[in-house]
Amino acid sequence: MKAKHQRLVLVLLALAALFGAVLLAIYALRNQASYFYLPEQMEASPPAVGQAVRLGGMVAPGSLETLSDGITVTFTVTGREDSAVPVRYTGILPDLFVEGSGVVAEGRLDAGGTFIADNLLAKHDENYVPRELEGMSEHQAAKMAEDTTVGLE
Amino acid sequence: MIAELGLAALWLAAALAALQLLGGILALRGGTESDIAGLTRPAAILQGGLVALSFGALLWVFAITDLSVKLVATNSHTMKPLIFKISGAWGNHEGSMLLWVTVMALAGALIAGIERRLPERTMQATLAAQGFVALGFYAFLLLSSNPFERLPQPATEGMGLNPLLQDIGLALHPPTLYFGYVGLSVAFSFAVGALLTRQVTPDFARAMRPWILGAWVFLTLGITAGSYWAYYELGWGGYWFWDPVENASLMPWLAATALLHSASVLASRDALRVWTIMLGVVAFSMSMLGTFLVRSGILTSVHAFAVDPERGSFILFLLAIYIGGALLLFALRAGAINEGERFSVASREGALVVNNVMLSAILAVVLLGTLYPLLTEAFDVRVSVGPPYFNPVGAIFAFPMLAVMAVGPLLRWRKDGFGRISKEIALVAAFLLAGIVLLGLLFGLAILPLLGLSFAIALAVASFLPLRGRKLRRVPIETWGMVVAHFGLAISLFGMASESAFTEEHLAALEEGGATSVGPWQVRLEAVEPVAGPNWTAIAGRMAVSYEGGEPQTIAPQSRNFWAPPQQTTESVLVTRWNGQLYAVMGADNRGGRYQLRLWWKPFVTFIWYGGLIIALGGILAIIGRVRGDLKRRIVRRKVAERRAEAEALA
Repeated sequence: MKAKHQRLVLVLLALAALFGAVLLAIYALRNQASYFYLPEQMEASPPAVGQAVRLGGMVAPGSLETLSDGITVTFTVTGREDSAVPVRYTGILPDLFVEGSGVVAEGRLDAGGTFIADNLLAKHDENYVPRELEGMSEHQAAKMAEDTTVGLE
Repeated sequence: MIAELGLAALWLAAALAALQLLGGILALRGGTESDIAGLTRPAAILQGGLVALSFGALLWVFAITDLSVKLVATNSHTMKPLIFKISGAWGNHEGSMLLWVTVMALAGALIAGIERRLPERTMQATLAAQGFVALGFYAFLLLSSNPFERLPQPATEGMGLNPLLQDIGLALHPPTLYFGYVGLSVAFSFAVGALLTRQVTPDFARAMRPWILGAWVFLTLGITAGSYWAYYELGWGGYWFWDPVENASLMPWLAATALLHSASVLASRDALRVWTIMLGVVAFSMSMLGTFLVRSGILTSVHAFAVDPERGSFILFLLAIYIGGALLLFALRAGAINEGERFSVASREGALVVNNVMLSAILAVVLLGTLYPLLTEAFDVRVSVGPPYFNPVGAIFAFPMLAVMAVGPLLRWRKDGFGRISKEIALVAAFLLAGIVLLGLLFGLAILPLLGLSFAIALAVASFLPLRGRKLRRVPIETWGMVVAHFGLAISLFGMASESAFTEEHLAALEEGGATSVGPWQVRLEAVEPVAGPNWTAIAGRMAVSYEGGEPQTIAPQSRNFWAPPQQTTESVLVTRWNGQLYAVMGADNRGGRYQLRLWWKPFVTFIWYGGLIIALGGILAIIGRVRGDLKRRIVRRKVAERRAEAEALA
């Protein structure tokens, strides 16, 4: 094989592999990416039962309940227009998880319309809000701004 | 005063970077003998000193908690232990960018100081490129993220550091990772320098190789440390979350791994010239892309310190200039670089090409997965991409790569046949198949962990095959380096596969005195006690844990409340045995007298990080071998020159 040919074949093979990787990645992304839902969206057009998605909203005050096993909790996540989705989560609640605060739940809907959360992301610290919760509530934003400027003149 | 000194040093350093750039360019045009060309190296060295001084000033204001400096006031607190005050200096956007340019300037000073193997023109071009890159980051630091900014009025107390960062991990993980990220800037500058002077030679690869290896070792250590830190600090029980920031460190690592393999082909065989240059550009581009993703706040992450659109666009601008410029130069010059040596498919080079292509494919997969949420957001669709995407799609390319990695080192350079090593191939294949069949039948594992464990076993055996039939004492150190690094990868893979195959998790709500079990462990919650620290209070669950009914050990995981900033964190406790770890997390809530415990038994999980350390050790051995070989060659050359001079004198 001539030198030029070898180079060409190498380049073509490398390109084919990379192209294959990209195609595969795009195909997989369309199927495996987990979509984000607000409560009102989940009520209007719910995802397929069992499909991995995320749900973001406010934990409704007074809705947090612990089941008798002591480790499973249920609560309601609310959004705009009186939408509400019941959520069940088994595990230790994350730091700073409180009623009336924002939460992003990773999980899936079950057949009964309850969102089964595998993981909860609460407001991480005073300076960090899950991106999905940005702009959820003006009151909160104002409070955040207040908090982040404490100690600064 | 100290803060102003630091700022002044930084401005001076920026001016020197400009001088370095100018000197390099003039040297390229005029010739390396001109006066200004003589200034390039001293400028780089002095610049390293100045930036180090500036960084020292930042450490100082953090150490004494100078609350008139805005950065200290927003990120530190007088009541924090000294070690966290100091490490807090880079636990924020401005400080970490200063650390970045410090490492970069020191690396630049080092090449200017000691690298004398390459033609002086190439060196001048390399230093000019290094100066150009540094200049952009100085501009970013000085114009949009000044770490030394004063407050009009000193604050009375600092706002404190995120408690998750108040950990020894912060002292170690970011500097190590930055040494790696920025070390790749040297490879980038070398690549650009070589492109400018069209001197892509084995010598160039040899000069670049220790830098790639060094950067790669630091990246490996940084990723390993970061992974373990996230594992024990977050209390989620996972070691890798495919978080964008984790990906941002993985991508340069993948590129650097490919680069160091292709550079070794170039150094030994003078092949893959263009490809090596390309990877040199890509590797540092990935570092910068990572910085952009992390620092711009464009992605959600615990690592995103501040969401500031101005900064994001600034870094994006830098990114466009450097990557775009380098790729343009590449496009213009790549055709002018001569064809390298040829090789057949069944050869060491052939195997390394497969390694490179597979690594690049994995890199593409990770890159797309990381950027996909940004793309969809442009269409107002919010998605997140996690393990269900990365694990299987990455594995499609990783496993073929591992197979080639097992037998590639056995092949000879240039031309070989698989027939010559058929016994070894059969041995590795036998281990692999035996692993798949036995583990599959015994445990009925899912496909990825099953393949992972089998490949790990086969690769661990295969990694030592290059030593067969050789006198171990006479094996070069760099060959040991390769063997050790490949073995480390097998160990790490074994840990990952074992973690995903055999982890047992148990959630329990216990009263004081209650007992439960997870895997082979019995756990009894003896008491729940309050604990106070310097800037936090906590409740600690004292537990007696015993492995398979053996002697009980006492552990006390905590749920901590920090005051400044107010935040709750979980302090998990790990009980390490040779064959795995017990991971215990305590919940803060007391529901009707019952406390929540989350327990994991993770067999062989520690192998993940041992493997990472072994990989880094392999890299260190390779550096030692290469540098030693280089020194020897220099000494021989000097002796030959001396002899010749003597002979001439005698004559």
